[in-house]
Amino acid sequence: MAETTPAKEPIKASEIDPKFKYEIAKMHGGEKLLRCFQCGTCTSDCPVARYSDTYRPRQIIRMAQLGLRNRVLNSDTLWLCAACFTCTDRCPQDVEVASVIRVLRNLAAEKGCVPQVFKDQAASILESGYAYKIPELRIKKRESQCLPPLPKGNPESVRKTLKNVKFFQNTEKKGEPSGQ
Amino acid sequence: MGSKYLIFLGCAIPYRVSAYEISARKVLSKLGVELVEMPEFNCCGLPLDPVSHEAMLILAARNLALAEQQGLNILTLCPGCAGTLKKVNKILKEDKTLREQINAHLKEAGLEFKGTVTTKHIMQALTEDIGLETIRKAITKPLTNLKVAEHNGCHILRPKEYIGFDNPEDPQTLKTLIEATSATCLDYIDETECCGAPSVGVSDKVALQLARDKLSHIKMVNAQALITICPFCHIMYDTNELRIEKMFNETYGIPVLHYPQLLGLAMGIPPEELAFNELRVDATKIVKQVTEGAKQE
Repeated sequence: MAETTPAKEPIKASEIDPKFKYEIAKMHGGEKLLRCFQCGTCTSDCPVARYSDTYRPRQIIRMAQLGLRNRVLNSDTLWLCAACFTCTDRCPQDVEVASVIRVLRNLAAEKGCVPQVFKDQAASILESGYAYKIPELRIKKRESQCLPPLPKGNPESVRKTLKNVKFFQNTEKKGEPSGQ
Repeated sequence: MGSKYLIFLGCAIPYRVSAYEISARKVLSKLGVELVEMPEFNCCGLPLDPVSHEAMLILAARNLALAEQQGLNILTLCPGCAGTLKKVNKILKEDKTLREQINAHLKEAGLEFKGTVTTKHIMQALTEDIGLETIRKAITKPLTNLKVAEHNGCHILRPKEYIGFDNPEDPQTLKTLIEATSATCLDYIDETECCGAPSVGVSDKVALQLARDKLSHIKMVNAQALITICPFCHIMYDTNELRIEKMFNETYGIPVLHYPQLLGLAMGIPPEELAFNELRVDATKIVKQVTEGAKQE
């Protein structure tokens, strides 16, 4: 996925959704968004920001606070977070930065903006219960490796528990999880 | 003590990191730990958190509910799985409304989360349940001349509010476990930094640069091997080491061992039983040093 710079264009008042921040603050993990005072600890301690020209957690948080809904949700940059939780642990305002970013990703996913790697994992979980399709060869090899057989999964039971989840309801409609 | 756990393998280990499982089972069995296979488990949920927090909660809760039926606490080899199961267990125990919502989903498959089991990563089980004393007593071939570096990875430590294990800024558990084998554990720059694995597939370039950073810091202190306790970190440093070397035109040649492989060597388990042949970066040199060194003594 290409990196794109999210905020080079001037911000127009018409882009701003003043209620966006409250919508985020209502979601699990997004509650403390409003506490952020933009000190930049998250960005300066972020290992990804060190090597990415565009990923800046402080900027993402500010965009969310400002209400730049489409700009932040359509940004590829959102998906670069490695979820190492350094920002969350070091935030002096106790903002769960990585969780706010996760909330934003969830909202982006509802719109269908999801990198392929996540779609593949979701599809695999629905099919087998595991995030990766474990090759038959690997399963057979276990015996020669003196490992006990891999316990039998129950993908049908997994599918039942997930059938009322919004993200997977898109799956049924479009044949794949939250297609673009 | 005769500890008994339900073993939760997760996805990455049966998919491609068998050396970790093979060596962990060998070591735990020798330490008197009984592992019960966990029937019908599914992905811990972590990989889906970015796209649906709700799906993550359900998947984790389903696993916890299955373990509750067995009446056994969970042991995982993957810190991601341990972190997720711990976190979700805590959240759902504390938040009644959310618990009811998640249980409504589980009910579709006839399951219910009650919050009656705990989850421990192997490292936590080794220190808290089995105990350093027992481990030290099991060492028959001390790795006295071996100098290694450790990499904890993120999800065994952070976020500290949910994980509540060790000090995320200056973790000591893995170091102590390494030192229990009499090997020296070296300090290096940015020890607690991320390996980059979660960014693979989104930006391989960023991910591999993070792993390269660590490898170069480890090389700087002349570590003979890197010790990991996470399947994903292991993939980044072992499976991808050659790729990193090519990408940056550098040579590392640092073998990456799963901690149970190191412990197994020190416990006198024959190297061929510890799946060293599954490693991508050749570890023969240090295995030889350890086994031949022991013969000389």
